[in-house]
Amino acid sequence: MLQVILDHYNYWIAILLMMIGLYTVVARGNLVKKLVGLNIFQTSVFLLYITMGKVAGGTAPILDDRFTVYSNPIPHVLILTAIVVGVATTALGLALVVRIKESYGTIEEDELNLLDGEM
Amino acid sequence: MIITLIDIALLTFMGATALAILRLRSLFAVVMLSGIYSLLAASMFVALDAVDVAFTEAAVGAGISTVLMIAVLALTGERERAPSHTMWLPMAVVVLTGAALIYATFDMPAFGAANAPVNLHVAPRYLNESFAEVGLPNVVTSVLASYRGYDTLGEVTVIFTAAVAVMLLIGGRKGDDAGIKNEPADDAVDDADSDGNGDTA
Repeated sequence: MLQVILDHYNYWIAILLMMIGLYTVVARGNLVKKLVGLNIFQTSVFLLYITMGKVAGGTAPILDDRFTVYSNPIPHVLILTAIVVGVATTALGLALVVRIKESYGTIEEDELNLLDGEM
Repeated sequence: MIITLIDIALLTFMGATALAILRLRSLFAVVMLSGIYSLLAASMFVALDAVDVAFTEAAVGAGISTVLMIAVLALTGERERAPSHTMWLPMAVVVLTGAALIYATFDMPAFGAANAPVNLHVAPRYLNESFAEVGLPNVVTSVLASYRGYDTLGEVTVIFTAAVAVMLLIGGRKGDDAGIKNEPADDAVDDADSDGNGDTA
């Protein structure tokens, strides 16, 4: 039983974080809060990938004569790219939030829906 | 054993931080906590042997993202309104999806298994041959810059597109009749540019 928990704990926390992020995006009305939720979701996916590449007893994939077991470098490469793309999308989302604030005077979803109904 | 304890402690802290982000109404506290969350994620990546990912996450996730968000908070205000009603439908969707995903994890290979399918294909070849073929001790750098160079080209395209879009949205409108002051918005544009430059270097 303990072994099952230890074998899957990383996956479970990754899924918990994913669901907290998803709930923040769907259920919170503030646009900045939604973007923070999106970042949480995104980091949980990074965690899932890096967890899959870990080899027990291994070391970071930097070649050296003193080591023979290395963790898998491929998830690291994929996630390195994803982190940078993630901050680019965050910057774009924040720029949209600034424009919405300028045009509508609010970034709360309920008030935006009301204003759109009046127009 | 000690590694396992560090692993479990960091993951538990990440869960607690995420819950606090969900609950808090002060957006300044939320943004600060999201910086802490990124830093915890970076520590977690070090524990999982992904050192390159860890310092990118610490610099980009905990650094640049937090600065961008604070710049936006200066323009938009830092209180979130309380939700008008409890969100039962999203809660039900999230719990169901989470339960289905956790059910699926029982088919995943155990954490750290050396014979997991993901570790048997391509990765051994990179580990064994990349030093002879590329000549760098860091396998992550070899794969990023040489074997999967097109990925990095695509990434640069995405960053360029995002930078152009940000500039079109909030750049170059000094002195027009916009309702709020323009200077901090221009700061945000500069930040987006510098992150693009910093990561392609």
